[in-house]
Amino acid sequence: MKQTRTFVVHVEDQPGVLDRVASLFRRRSYNIDSLNVGRTHEEGISRMTIVCETDASVARRIEANLYRLVNVLRVDDITDSPRVERNLALIKVSAGPDVRPQVLQILSTVGARAVDLGPDSVVVEATGTHEEIERLAAVLAPFGILEMVQTGLVAMTRAAERPQLSRGEAA
Amino acid sequence: MNAPLPRSGALHAPGTVLTGAEILWESLVRVGVDVVFGYPGGAIMPAYDAMARYPMIHHVLVRHEQGASHMADGYARASGKVGVCVATSGPGATNLVTGIATAMLDNVPMVCITGQVPGALIGSDAFQEVDITGVTLPITKHNFLVRRAEDIPRVIREAFYIAASGRPGPVVVDITKDAQQGSCAFEWSDAPIVLPGYRPERAPLARELEEAKRLLDSAERPIILAGQGVIRAGATDLLLELVGKRDVPVASTLLGLGGFPATHPLALGMAGMHGEAWVNKAIQEADVILALGMRFDDRITGNPKTFAQKAKKIHVELDPAEVDKIVKVDVALVGDVRDVLAQLVPTLDEKRRPAWLARIDEMKGDSAVRDIQALPDEGRLYAAHVIHDLWRLTEGRALVVTDVGQHQMWEAQYYKHDHPRKLLTSGGLGTMGFALPAAIGARFALGPHPIGGADPTEVWVIVGDGGFQMTACELSTIAQEGIKIHVAIINNGYLGMVRQWQELFYGGRYVATPMKSPDFVKLAEAHGVRGMRVTARAEVEAAVREAQASPETVVIDFRVEQEDSVYPMVASGKDLDDMIRRPERKHNPIYETGED
Ligand SMILES: Cc1ncc(C[n+]2csc(CCOP(=O)(O)OP(=O)(O)O)c2C)c(N)n1
Ligand SMILES: [Mg+2]
Repeated sequence: MKQTRTFVVHVEDQPGVLDRVASLFRRRSYNIDSLNVGRTHEEGISRMTIVCETDASVARRIEANLYRLVNVLRVDDITDSPRVERNLALIKVSAGPDVRPQVLQILSTVGARAVDLGPDSVVVEATGTHEEIERLAAVLAPFGILEMVQTGLVAMTRAAERPQLSRGEAA
Repeated sequence: MNAPLPRSGALHAPGTVLTGAEILWESLVRVGVDVVFGYPGGAIMPAYDAMARYPMIHHVLVRHEQGASHMADGYARASGKVGVCVATSGPGATNLVTGIATAMLDNVPMVCITGQVPGALIGSDAFQEVDITGVTLPITKHNFLVRRAEDIPRVIREAFYIAASGRPGPVVVDITKDAQQGSCAFEWSDAPIVLPGYRPERAPLARELEEAKRLLDSAERPIILAGQGVIRAGATDLLLELVGKRDVPVASTLLGLGGFPATHPLALGMAGMHGEAWVNKAIQEADVILALGMRFDDRITGNPKTFAQKAKKIHVELDPAEVDKIVKVDVALVGDVRDVLAQLVPTLDEKRRPAWLARIDEMKGDSAVRDIQALPDEGRLYAAHVIHDLWRLTEGRALVVTDVGQHQMWEAQYYKHDHPRKLLTSGGLGTMGFALPAAIGARFALGPHPIGGADPTEVWVIVGDGGFQMTACELSTIAQEGIKIHVAIINNGYLGMVRQWQELFYGGRYVATPMKSPDFVKLAEAHGVRGMRVTARAEVEAAVREAQASPETVVIDFRVEQEDSVYPMVASGKDLDDMIRRPERKHNPIYETGED
């Protein structure tokens, strides 16, 4: 049964690592819904959050194939773990003075905020799950969305442990 | 700046200031390299210039870089050590690509060293610049771009370690010209290599081993499917012990041939698309399959949905990414075949299986008209005859390198390999042109060639007329190196395997498969080796013996039946026991009987 699965992948921060990971997904025809990469608090280690729609058996092989990459330090499929997930969106809404109060009203109701006010537009910053962002975008759509960007999901389990990044237990 | 030249064969002490090019050879010598296969060009010239100062490494000048990659591959398959090839940037590097992919699909440990344009020019589409780490990313186990001389020793150590450990594979080391030219103090370490993300060793859990044992104990009709992992792990002795204890018949994959002695009474032979009928049937009837170091390739399983449906499957495999990829298994023992068997075999008691073995004998009897020795010789020359005679005249001990096509399958069927690392063939990629260069590499792995009768260090190439022409230029390499191998061209005037598919599945339309070839005898002579021609079965023995006795390489042009086909055959995607059998033909002495 296919479901949305979330992988957290720690990699060495080296040239070409993103290329290797992306190439693996492309070559094996695993579809990526979203991929986010960024630094961690540890020098030389980057963290990716990869979301894809797949069944459990393929998910196991994705994990095993990621481990075949020499620069991949650790892979966690956190789909079944309690976790925090966030997606940051910037949405530029067409909002002249007449409708602006209405837009700001909506933002405060859903906990989003305006980070830039122009004469005819508002840049909205919102965080949430992908679905929450989609819902917000749907509500703002009637005003006219000029531009929109999302970071892709970043995720973290709630458990009070730090991922073991040395020669760890593999898949 | 310039370090003093070492005396012949001497290495520099660590700490000496050397150029990157010198550091490369210093490093290669230290990881145990004694032969490299290569071809020079601008971006690798500093390395070639420095090479002259390291006579302990022999350089084989190839005629095409594809040849260099297959030679390194053949050297590695024959020796179990890492093979090394060298090429320049751009076209030199891209010419290696087919050989790299060949090694990747068959898990061959290989390090390919390529020159790269100077670091400052990278990304500028400089002359002969190709992003070879990008190109080879999906066909290497790992690759490196080296921009500084001081990184060379570490990268060489890591490259060899990655290539050889765990599930082996090719590693590309791309070194910029300025990294070769720059100098620094040469530092070398013999400390264990730590790559935090790399985990080549795995071991199964105790409960998985128990579950495997339980399944094996419950088996009435067990079969072992032995793959290349048995050979890589050197697990033949343990496999023999297991088989002896449990009466389990052994079927092999193409790359697994030789991992279990073919003349053992419980050896079934090769399974799969061109496996013998009884092997495939036995697999379909089995109730437990112990798959050892193999990956359920589609050439082995036929339709994976109907593959061995009655069987519980135990998969012993080093790479967890192979588990459940094609065929869902009941127990996966992730680990080295040798380590796993060493844990499993002592826990197993003795069991005899007269009923199951009798059933297999019965299936064998049905189609055992394959003893071609007993068949009438009515003057025609069949590839199977040639290969059978080669097996006899080499006493089954030669190292045989096959190319890709019908002759490759006939070799697998008729040359009974009793020892590991004695059949080298491109199984995964099916690369035509592999055989001749791979045999040259194998020659360097086995040492000086024998002259005289059958010898375990004889190297025989069995190649089609088509594939031979893809890399025949390497005959000149043979002549220049003064080495000896034997080449048997199975010349049927066709791209035979494709012709066979056209006969069976494309209405007999022979499009682009009839092939005119040069006079191979003259071609051999033009390259400075010997050529012979054989057109009748009666001439085979004398020709083979003459080749064995000859001090030089002999190319024998065997003019075989043109439109013979390999049987049995499981058409692509069909069930494993849905086999096309050899039609009974009056003029054809190798037909099979039996209603099946
Ligand atoms: C490089 C390459 N190109 C094409 C093929 C497809 N192919 C597989 S077998 C074959 C025919 C081989 O002919 P030949 O070398 O004469 O051997 P035969 O089958 O006649 O024994 C071809 C073209 C291949 N395997 N490799
Ligand atoms: Mg042919």
